[in-house]
Parts: sequence; structure tokens; C-alpha cells
Amino acid sequence: MTASVVPADGDGSGVGRDRRRPGDGLAWLVALLPAALTLYFATLLPAVAAGESLRFAAAWVPSLGIGLTFLVDGLSLTFALLISGIGAFVTLYASLYLAGNPQLGRFMLTLQLFMVAMLGLVLADNVITLFVFWELTTLASFFLVGFDHDSPKARRAALQALLLTGAGGLALLAGLILLGSIAGSFELTEILTRGELIREHALYLPIFILLLLGAFTKSAQVPFHFWLPNAMAAPTPVSAYLHSATMVKAGIYLLARLHPAFSGTDAWIWSLTLFGAATALFAAVVALRQTDLKMALAYTTVMALGTLTMFLGAEATVAVAAAITFLIVHSFYKASLFLVVGILDRQLGTRDVDHLGGLARAMPITTAAAAAAAFSMAGFPPFLGFIGKELKYEGALAIASEPLLVAGAAVLANALMVAVAGIVAFRPFFGRARATPKTPSEAPLRLWIGPAVLASLGLLFGLAPSLIADSLVQPAVAAILGRPESIKLALWHGINLPLLLSLLTFALGLAIYAGHGALRRALATAETRLPTNADRAWDGLMDGIKRLAAWQTRLLQGGLLRRYLFTVFASFALLVGATLLITAALPAALTWPDLLFKHWVVVALIAAGAVTTARARSRLVAVCALGVVGVGIAMLFVMFGAPDVAITQLLVETLVVVLVAVAMLRLPGLEQGRRAAAGRHLDALLAGSVGLVVALLVLAVVETPMDNRVTAYFEQTSVPEAFGRNIVNVILVDFRALDTFGEVAVVAVAALGAYALLRGTLRRRSP
Amino acid sequence: MEPVLAILVGLLVATSVYLMLARNVLRFLFGLVLLSNAANMTIFAAGRQTSTAPPLVPPGLEGPVAEVANALPQALILTAIVIGFGLLSFALVLVFRGYQTLGTLDSDAMRTAEPLEVPSETRSEPS
Amino acid sequence: MSSLILGAATRLLVALMLLFSIYMLLRGHNEPGGGFIGGLIASIGFVLYAIAQGTETARRALRLEPATIAMAGLGIALFSGLVAALAGAEPFTGQWWFIGGDAESKGLPLSTVLLFDIGVYLVVVGSVLTLVFTLEESV
Repeated sequence: MTASVVPADGDGSGVGRDRRRPGDGLAWLVALLPAALTLYFATLLPAVAAGESLRFAAAWVPSLGIGLTFLVDGLSLTFALLISGIGAFVTLYASLYLAGNPQLGRFMLTLQLFMVAMLGLVLADNVITLFVFWELTTLASFFLVGFDHDSPKARRAALQALLLTGAGGLALLAGLILLGSIAGSFELTEILTRGELIREHALYLPIFILLLLGAFTKSAQVPFHFWLPNAMAAPTPVSAYLHSATMVKAGIYLLARLHPAFSGTDAWIWSLTLFGAATALFAAVVALRQTDLKMALAYTTVMALGTLTMFLGAEATVAVAAAITFLIVHSFYKASLFLVVGILDRQLGTRDVDHLGGLARAMPITTAAAAAAAFSMAGFPPFLGFIGKELKYEGALAIASEPLLVAGAAVLANALMVAVAGIVAFRPFFGRARATPKTPSEAPLRLWIGPAVLASLGLLFGLAPSLIADSLVQPAVAAILGRPESIKLALWHGINLPLLLSLLTFALGLAIYAGHGALRRALATAETRLPTNADRAWDGLMDGIKRLAAWQTRLLQGGLLRRYLFTVFASFALLVGATLLITAALPAALTWPDLLFKHWVVVALIAAGAVTTARARSRLVAVCALGVVGVGIAMLFVMFGAPDVAITQLLVETLVVVLVAVAMLRLPGLEQGRRAAAGRHLDALLAGSVGLVVALLVLAVVETPMDNRVTAYFEQTSVPEAFGRNIVNVILVDFRALDTFGEVAVVAVAALGAYALLRGTLRRRSP
Repeated sequence: MEPVLAILVGLLVATSVYLMLARNVLRFLFGLVLLSNAANMTIFAAGRQTSTAPPLVPPGLEGPVAEVANALPQALILTAIVIGFGLLSFALVLVFRGYQTLGTLDSDAMRTAEPLEVPSETRSEPS
Repeated sequence: MSSLILGAATRLLVALMLLFSIYMLLRGHNEPGGGFIGGLIASIGFVLYAIAQGTETARRALRLEPATIAMAGLGIALFSGLVAALAGAEPFTGQWWFIGGDAESKGLPLSTVLLFDIGVYLVVVGSVLTLVFTLEESV
């Protein structure tokens, strides 16, 4: 493996490798798929803007109420456009960014798989379908984060993300199934109309907690936030796409989607507001501490997710409008900033903010894109980010329960965002030039086109907000609140409290930016003083699970056959015995049959044979006693009308005796490995209990009413339809011939297996 | 007849479990034979003993005249006997082959796959 | 094992047992018998022969490798099941043809069911002999 050419802080971008294969140059063609999808979704805009919601359905597992049903309304269309649109640019970008990487094909395929899964997630109407796509995005994320599989760091990050979001996914599944069962349908369109029923149901809280676990792990809310920064081990296009613009918003999507059915309760308001606020503030502070541009961006993503969660906790229209607008804004600027960082990494060989400066001259287009994105992020007019921020303040003040908490958190988070925007998009491009591993040069078109277009959209929609207000934001808000809404977005709202808060934000943000060197050092010192963090706690948890697994393996799998068997038999006796007792399946009284003397003789013969076999010290006695048992059973079959079975039993007994006799010529006696007396008594006790339980079980079975329909059918049709008078044989070769075929195949395979075992010996002995 | 069969099955199972718990694998094999027999008897008992007449249709008739024994469990037992024979023969060959290689019939001493002296450190090695 | 009486007797006995096994196989559809029973009888015949004359002689008398017989039987059984599928019925449904039937009798019955039973017979013979011969040869 050529690990040495991976850059020091490698993300597997393939910088320095050039093993282009024919066809790699055409990888950009893959971007046509998301581009075409974007155009298709765009054609749905007029209908959705007019307030319609479109539904597509196909049966999948109709018996379980699971269908491939898809719903296009304002909310899902907003997400779908973001996913396919950003997907097109990211695919285009990746086709060059990873050019020369031998795994380019695999990467492109996984990326498209992710996109389709994510689209399925946001468009699904059936909650089980939604869950399946949800898990597919988790899997795609696993492969993409672990793309650079030579690196232990990437492998660990991939596994961590998989386990954490996978566990959340399981909770989500449980929650969705419970939800479907109380709502009486798995279709979201049905569920969302039954909000009253759901909110008043006794299971509301458990379901809500399960769904929150799914949403919070996926969308990296505190305390499940730590996988997202670690996932930055993925190639930068993946970070831009999955871990900022789309996948991590799946949890947000879920909360928004279920808003009409779940919101408004104390549990909803408090959990979303508090977890969201805590996540936003925590991440904003940690973001300041980072020097790696990618990590700084990752923490601002966590902050944005916290903010979105916080606003979805509210009922007020303007708060939800703020959430949707911010979601769109964030996707634009965050994806472009990530892609810009990727450009820096590729063109300069580093993405450490302390080693970057004065790049504006050499990289004018990248600088312009970064600046536009950063202005949107910081919320300067006339960018869309400004509108988003104003809406957030307006929304925060409109929240009835805790306006001060939400507004305070929003202002603080936004101020930190201003500072981070400066650090990420200002410092590397302006000021003193610094030495970088490679000489700065402008990136090729395929790299800068994505960030440039996305950042320009932030400006375009800021100048003409009505472009998205009517077609996307308004229908999305209507879908989240479950009622028609009228939303107007505008740059200028007049002088009011939100504007004053904006000014306060800028002042605070610039102050933090100015003093961030000192702040960063202080945070770094504080961090070393912390006893632990979530990431290390996770490692502890994993180690604990491994130790537990090792411990229980040593305990349960000691490698002694008889101990395994003892466990199996003891569990059987306990479980079946307890079931018999609890269900009171035991027969009340036995009806003793009148058996003839000959019957009793045969029964006594079988019993004596079995006991003798168990007690035998000599092989000969044991084999003879076994023969007695077999012949006795054959006699029973004869007496009770089963001549075919009796003949078979006798013939097989003969062959068994021959085989055992042949084998015993070379085997030692039964004395080897004889148990100690105490062990024998314990075994006998267990054996007696198992026998007793089985006897009671059979008694209980024969007491149940006999359903003879199958046999009656065979008796009636054996001659007319199968032309055979021996019903047993007709069953074997005609009615149940497929079974018989399987059984003779098993016999043949057993013979071949034995043949292979023995012939292996012969050949090795005499080559 | 069924209660008698039930008790007989219980006895066969008890003796077979006792044999299977032994360290000597030859005894284990004997237990296996008894267990197959017990399983066949269980199927037989579950089909009930309503008649002692074999399930045959007299020549020239369309169906059995009087009540005959239940044919379905008989068909199941018939194949079960043959399969049981296949299983037993394979197990016997395995024991035989095991004895040739390991030189013992004591299952406690057959520890090639799971050796006794395993340092706990190597087991809890992280993946 | 070489005993003159056993050696002389087995030749006759084995021939009789093989004949009887085919009789049991063919009558199995109407009377007790069938492929399993017939196959077991035939295998016991050959096992007896092997005990008396040695496995070498028994193998030569059999002409074919027992495992080959088992696989051929499996193939025949599978084929008989597929005939039904080719005829448009569910796989393993018995297909019957009556040759030369008239008003009096149905004629000579031919069926895939008999073919299936022959397959079972061969699998049992082949498998049992594979087991016994190889075990005996490696002791």
C-alpha cells in the first residue's frame, strides 16, 4: 500500500497520486444524474408552490402495510432540491478532486447511492420506507467516511458514525413501529392528520423519546455530537455533502416532518429548545478552538444543527420560517465553504489556518466564492444569511415559552458564527502571505464552479428573496405546521428589535474575531483540564463492551462439549417445564388404555434396553441393548398399523449394528474418560428432569384435540388422484415428494461427507 | 396407548441425555441413537393410535373402508429413520476419524479448536 | 473373513435379496414396500457380500462406484420431479401414462412416481454402500 504519498493529515484525497485509469476523465459525466434530478424536481415547483402535494405509490409489502409511497410537498421538495442540486456540484467537484485515486469509481458509485437514499428518505411517505432509506444513508456514510481505509483514524471514525447512528436508527425503527400501531397507519399523510390522538396517547412519551434518539444521533445533537467532527476523516466533498448540507439534516427533517403530529407538548418544546440551545452554544465555543479549517467548519455545522432543532421546538410561524430559511442558507454557504477548504487543501497542501494567508491575489475566484459564502454565514446584508438571521431573531422573540433563552442563544451563536466566518474565509485570503507546502495557484473550473455558484445563490436569493419565499419556504412552513401559511421574506424590515440584535451580533462577533487568538489559547488550556470528553467516553464504552464479550465468551464457551450440552439441556428443562406449569397445559387425569399383555412386554423390553444401554460398561452390551430398543420399537410399529415403518426400522437397525461393529474393531472401550461418581449423579438428575419434562410435554400434546384434515385428504385422494393403495408410500413419492427429495439428498451428502473424512486419511497415509 | 408412549419417550430421552453428557464420545453416539428413536416415537404418539389397521386401500376401492392408522406421521417417521441413519453413520465416522487423529475418545481431551491454556490477553484483543 | 459355507451361501442369498429388493420397490405403491425399503434390502445384500467376500469383490460385483450410484439416483429423482414442471404442473407432481388401456383395464401404468422411487432406491443403496465400504476399508 502506498500510504506514504497520502498527505500528512490525509483525507484520502489522492493528492500526489496519479494513477489515472482510462475512463476517469469521464467521471464528471456522473454529475449528469443529480443535475437531471434537480431539473425534474424543479418542474414540480409550480404545483407545490400552489399548495398541492403530490403522491406516488407502489405496493411493496402490502401484508404489513408497507408501501413504496412517496410524497412531494413543500418540505420534501426543499430537501430534494438541496440534495440533488448540491449533489450535482459535489459530484462534479469530486470527479477532479479525487482524480487519480484508484478507487474513484467506487467513490462515485457510493456517492450516488447516498444521494438516492437521501432523496428516498425525504420523499418517503411510508415511515418504514423512510427508515430503510435512513439506514441506507447511514451505510453510505460508513463507506464514504471510511473511504481512506488505510488510515486507522478514518476506519475508527467510520465505525463510530455507523454504530452511533445505527443505534439511533434502531430506536427510530422502534418508535416508528409504535407510532404506526397507535396511529393505525404507516403512511405519514395519515399519521399527520391524527396529531390529537397521538399527543394524548399513553405511549406518546416513549415514542417521542425513541424518535428523538434517532433524530439527535443523526443530526449530531449534544451528547451525540462527537461523531460528526470525527467524520471529517472523509474526503472533503463528502464532508461538504453528507456532513454539512444533507445527511446530518435528516434528523432535522424528521423533526420537521413530525411537527404537526408531535409538537406543542411540553416534552417537545423543552427537549428541542434545551438540547438545541446546548448544542448550538457548545459547538460554537469549540469551533473557535480549532485551527484546522475543516474541524472549525464541522463544529459550526453542529452549531447550525442545534439552532435548527431549537427553532423547530417552537410553534410560532415565524420561528419555523426562520428554521427553513436558515436551513437553505446554511446548506448553500456551508457546502461552498467546505469545497473551498478542499481547494485550499489540494492546491496548497495544508488547511491549517495558522499557515494560510494572503491568497486573494493568487486565487481570486476561490477568494470571491469564500467571501460570498462567509458573508452569508456571518449574516451581512444583502446576503440570504442576513434574512435568515433577522428571521431567527424575530422568531426567537416570538417564542412564547422562553424568548430570552432562545434569543440569547441565537445572538451568541451568531456572534461566534461571525467570528468563525472571519477565521475561515478572511484570514486565509487576506493579510500577510505565508509559506505553504505548495505554491498558491487558482483552482481549475471544476473545483471552483460549485462553491462559486452556491455562494452566488446566497447573494441572489438575498437580493430577490421572493424567488424562494413563495415556491419553497412558504409551502415548507405550511407542511411543517400542517396549515396554510403566508410567508414574506424581505431584506429590510425597518428599524426594530431584530435589527438592533443584528448590530449587537456584528459588534460581538468582530470583538471575538479580534481577540480570538487569546480566546483559542484559553480554550485549549481549558480543554486539557477536562477530565474526559464524549469521544473518549465512547472509547471507554467500546472497550467495556469488548471486555464484557470476552468475559462472557470465557464463561459460556469454555470449550467442553459436555458443559455446552449441560447448559442446553438444563435450559430446555427449565424453559419448557416452566412454560408447561405457567400455561397449565398439563393433563388433569390420565386415561389409561387397556393394553394387551404383548404390548406391555414390548414396552418393558424397550425400557429395559434403554436403561441397560445407559448403564453398560461394555460396548458389546451397549450395542446389544440398543438393538433391543430398536427391534422393540419396530414391534410397536407393527402392532399399531405401521408395517412400512417397522420394516425400515428393522433394516436400519441391522445396518447400524454392522457399522458400529466395524468401527469398534479399531476403537477402545467405553472406560475412557469415565465420569466421577458425583458428576454421574448430577448428570442423572438432569437427564431425569429432561425426560420428565419431555414425557409431560408429549402427554400435553396428545391431550389436545386431533386435527385430522391432512390425513383425511390423503386417504381420500390416494387412489383416485395418485393411483396408489399404500397411502404412506404415496405420501412419500407423490404428495410430499419434494420433502423426500430433500431427505434423500441429506442422506447422500452425509455419505459423501463420511467418504471425504475417511478417504482423506487413506491418501495421506499412502501417497 | 398414548400415555404409555409418552412415558416411554420420557424414559428414552432421559437415558439418551445421560449418555450424551458423558465424556466418552462413543456413549454420546449411543445417546444419539436413543434420541432419534425417542423423536420418532414422539411423532408417532402425536399422530394418535386410533386403529391398528395399516393405512392401505383394499384393491378396487377408492379409499380405506374402515378406520386405518394415521399415514402422515408414518411417512414422516420413515424418512426420519433413514436420515437418522445418515446422521449416525456420519457421526460414527467422525468419531472414528477423530480417534485416528487425536488418539482419544474423551471429549474433554479434544481441544484442538479451543485449547485450554488461552492467555486472556490475546482473547480481548481489539479488532 | 473367509468361510466356505458363508461364501457359497451368500452368492445365492445376495441374488435373492437383490431380486426381493426390486420386488419391494415395485410393489411399494400398493403394498408395504417402496424405494427406501427396497434400497435398504439391496444394501444389506451387498454388505453381506462384502463381509463374506471382502469389499474388493463386492465393489467389483457392483461395477460402479457407490457414490456414483447415489448421485445418479439423486439426479433421477430430480429429473422425475422436473418432468411435471415441463408438463406444466407443479414440480414433483406425479405424472401418469397408461399404455395400451381399454375398457377392461387401465393398461400398463408408467409414472414419474415410479421413477422417483427408483431414484430414492439408488440414493439409499449408493449412500449406505459408500458408508460401509469406506469405513470397512479404512479399519
